[in-house]
Amino acid sequence: MKQIKGINDFVVKFANVNGTGSASANHLFAKAIFRMGIPVSPRNIFPSNIQGLPTWYEVRVSKKGYLGRRGGVDFMICVNPQSMEKDVASVEPGGYFLYDSTKPLANHLKRDDITYIGVPLTEMCMREYSVPRLQQLLKNVVYVGALAALLDIDFAVLKGLLNDQFKGKEKLISSNVQALEMGYQYATENYTCPLPIRLEKGGNVAPHILETPHILMNGNTAAALGAIYGGATVAAWYPITPSTSVVDAFAKYAERLRIDAGTGKKNFAIVQAEDELAAMGMVVGASWNGARAFTATSGPGVSLMSEFLGLAYFAEVPVVLINVQRSGPSTGMPTRSQQSDILASAYASHGDTKQVLLFPATPQECFEMTVQAFDLSERLQTPVILMSDLDLGMNDWMSPPLEWDDSHEMDRGKVLDAEGLENAEVWGRYLDVDGDGICYRTLPGTHPDKGAYFTRGSSKNEMAVYSESGEDYVQNVDRLLRKFDTAKQYVPQPKPHAPIKVKKPKTNLKLGALFFGTSASPSYEAVEILAAEGYPIDTLRIRAFPFHKSLDQFIHDHDMVFVIEQNRDGQMRQLIMNECQIAPDHLTSVLNYSGTPITARDIANQIRRALSTKSAEIVPLKRETA
Amino acid sequence: MSYIKPKFRHPRLPTNRLGYTVADYDGSISTLCAGCGHDSISAAIRNACFDSSIPPHRIAKVSGIGCSSKMPTYFLGKSHGFNSVHGRMPSVATGASLANRDLNYIGVSGDGDTASIGMGQFIHLIRRNVNMTYIVANNGCYGLTKGQDSATADVGSVAKGGAVNQFDGIDLASLALLQGASFVGRSFSGDKTQLEPLIRAAMSHKGFAFIDVVSPCVTFNNHVGSTKSYSETRQHLDSMPVDFVPMREEIKTHYEEGTTQTVTLHDGSAIHLHKADATYKANDRRAAMDTVQQAREDGRILTGLLFLDPDSQDLNQNLNLATRPLNELSKDELCPGSKVLKSINEGLR
Repeated sequence: MKQIKGINDFVVKFANVNGTGSASANHLFAKAIFRMGIPVSPRNIFPSNIQGLPTWYEVRVSKKGYLGRRGGVDFMICVNPQSMEKDVASVEPGGYFLYDSTKPLANHLKRDDITYIGVPLTEMCMREYSVPRLQQLLKNVVYVGALAALLDIDFAVLKGLLNDQFKGKEKLISSNVQALEMGYQYATENYTCPLPIRLEKGGNVAPHILETPHILMNGNTAAALGAIYGGATVAAWYPITPSTSVVDAFAKYAERLRIDAGTGKKNFAIVQAEDELAAMGMVVGASWNGARAFTATSGPGVSLMSEFLGLAYFAEVPVVLINVQRSGPSTGMPTRSQQSDILASAYASHGDTKQVLLFPATPQECFEMTVQAFDLSERLQTPVILMSDLDLGMNDWMSPPLEWDDSHEMDRGKVLDAEGLENAEVWGRYLDVDGDGICYRTLPGTHPDKGAYFTRGSSKNEMAVYSESGEDYVQNVDRLLRKFDTAKQYVPQPKPHAPIKVKKPKTNLKLGALFFGTSASPSYEAVEILAAEGYPIDTLRIRAFPFHKSLDQFIHDHDMVFVIEQNRDGQMRQLIMNECQIAPDHLTSVLNYSGTPITARDIANQIRRALSTKSAEIVPLKRETA
Repeated sequence: MSYIKPKFRHPRLPTNRLGYTVADYDGSISTLCAGCGHDSISAAIRNACFDSSIPPHRIAKVSGIGCSSKMPTYFLGKSHGFNSVHGRMPSVATGASLANRDLNYIGVSGDGDTASIGMGQFIHLIRRNVNMTYIVANNGCYGLTKGQDSATADVGSVAKGGAVNQFDGIDLASLALLQGASFVGRSFSGDKTQLEPLIRAAMSHKGFAFIDVVSPCVTFNNHVGSTKSYSETRQHLDSMPVDFVPMREEIKTHYEEGTTQTVTLHDGSAIHLHKADATYKANDRRAAMDTVQQAREDGRILTGLLFLDPDSQDLNQNLNLATRPLNELSKDELCPGSKVLKSINEGLR
């Protein structure tokens, strides 16, 4: 049997039972690799359940720094009999399978093309610990100890992490360290350690990773910090996976950073609302009244907030909504990731609506774009929706450190204060003085007799007076469209990636790929895989809606454009076709909607297939050479 | 509706303590039906704000959807207003109140807006004790959609087309008492001597003040057989007169000895309640609930101040919010800066 070999480049997957404390042990494993300076991307693939169902934790180690999923498993650690049959089958030929050998492995689970590593986890823990809870919890730590020997994890790093985690609780630290040592010892005594796949500090790690002191953080925490730095003072929300931890993190940082030193009182308000409708209503009320307010939710919440999103669009009230997408429709798969709220968010609400969307791809962008969302929503006086997803929001991502420019000033947009109202010759809430579709708003309580108006979702004229006149209505909604056009200059522009040179291209077609959010990392990797095979693909990462005109240009410059996204219906492709007047056959969908994040291999396979079946029909456009 | 609104005002209209005339509290001309009870409520709000000398621009008006929710256009034209979404005004008011605790908030809603689509938000608004005055213009029917029964229509009440309502009406005042509202009143749009002081007291109250106002719908619910018509309401009214006395002002009205009860509000102003048998205690929630239920059983509409807890903690206090409005905080107070971010980064390694 040919075993898989390699340093700092493999996929490890843990199969556990939900609610047995495995998540923290698995996190310990991933963080140790991170602290060794080796690029790592852990993913929790968990059920909508508190205890008992199968749960997985996938850890990708990649010296090149690929943070998306690769596809395939090189090393499976299986401590869940429920899922063992599938788990065995999922290991790559030449891979490794660690299992609890307290009971002998059933014959049907035996393959001759993988290496089995039995560790009697249950037996060891039953012997060592008398308390049932400890027997269960420390079993997880024992296998991490075994992995430390098998994969060559720096033991001092593991100990350091336990010290950090259980600061001051010596008893806990020593019992965990002992469990680690037990596993380590068993592995070294019974197997040749390390395995042909292993870790090595600094071993061929890409220079751009080594040069920056990276952090490990999830997108929801980053977005919460963005809300703190962006000056949010009101957070109203309703619990829903996978967005809950946004407000949890906001609360944690606000309690630390937003307490008035003199009075001990809070410079922020957090309200757990009765439902998502109320959460959005509170955001609308607070923003209308001049505070920076936000909410975080996921698909079902977006549906419930849609009525208010339409009101905020039409009444021109700033709103920041962090949408951490999950699989829909309805309850769908609440703990699985997708990018499937694109259309529901872009056109959220009845009537003619268009909402501003931002698409972060990294925790760093979750932070920066949340800050930006507050500025944009006040500048544009409209809702801004941050389109994160479960994979980005809840998983830890290796990221360059967050940065903050102290000279950054909040953009409060066009708001007239008492003095401004005194100086204005005429003021009408919906009067487009500057021609950019953005009018001047006033806040309640500003001036004794100027600037008051009645905000409403029904039709009004430029002076904010109720009107059912068709002309007034048309003028107003046409101006809103003009405003949406203005938004193009403010939202983050799409990012092109330097084209990869291919010596002997196997096609004369100009190929392009579009993607956004968490589809980006595996897409870049797939493009490199395909370049090595002779297919050069230019890429453009979409970062906002409305689309910048460079997106149109990119599509026109390529004969075949792949749109890589994680939903069934190719929603981004549809949105592009709708908004950019692109012929459908120009855009080819590359999709994954299984609920687990898309892999680089899957993307490469789909593109290969499309190239072999479709490319023959495409005639390259004649272009003038520049 | 009436089409003409006189622009001329007497040059020597009386002024309040701040120098405003009552005209400074006017809104646009009403587009509701002539004789609509809601217009009387608008007038009562205007008069109450004038009498209490509240600067008009320091009041913010919020409403949901329906005839009632159009009302904020018809009073306090110098105040900002927000005609929001059906049944969702409570959440908008909550957010607004968090953003700026220094304004005086008036919410206007209807029986459809509050007792049906907005029931959930209404209950939670009470639960949070948001500092605002919440007035329901209660006519037992949906006006804008042509007279369907609402959830507050009494069982047995006959609709204009002759259909008899089969379901028990929801009594919003009872509900508010049960959920712990810190101020509960009920009145009748046709009784301005009671309604105006009640609104003044509500606006002085720190916390959630609820007033259920029976306000007949002249077009769809003012016929024989309706339990919310003008004549039916007048016949069954059991009114407890109310006087509102701002801080440091003398009591001008006098009632028979032993029948008056005084409750002092948080800001030092006082409410004087009058009831002939003098047994009513407005600060006893259980007694209030009992009295309200008894009146209901007897077929009487008990109006007046039903309950008041002058010392309740409002939402802003419960959240321990900064004393300055959140919408006034500056970058320096809100943004922790790059040094702090560096230390946060350190913690994520």
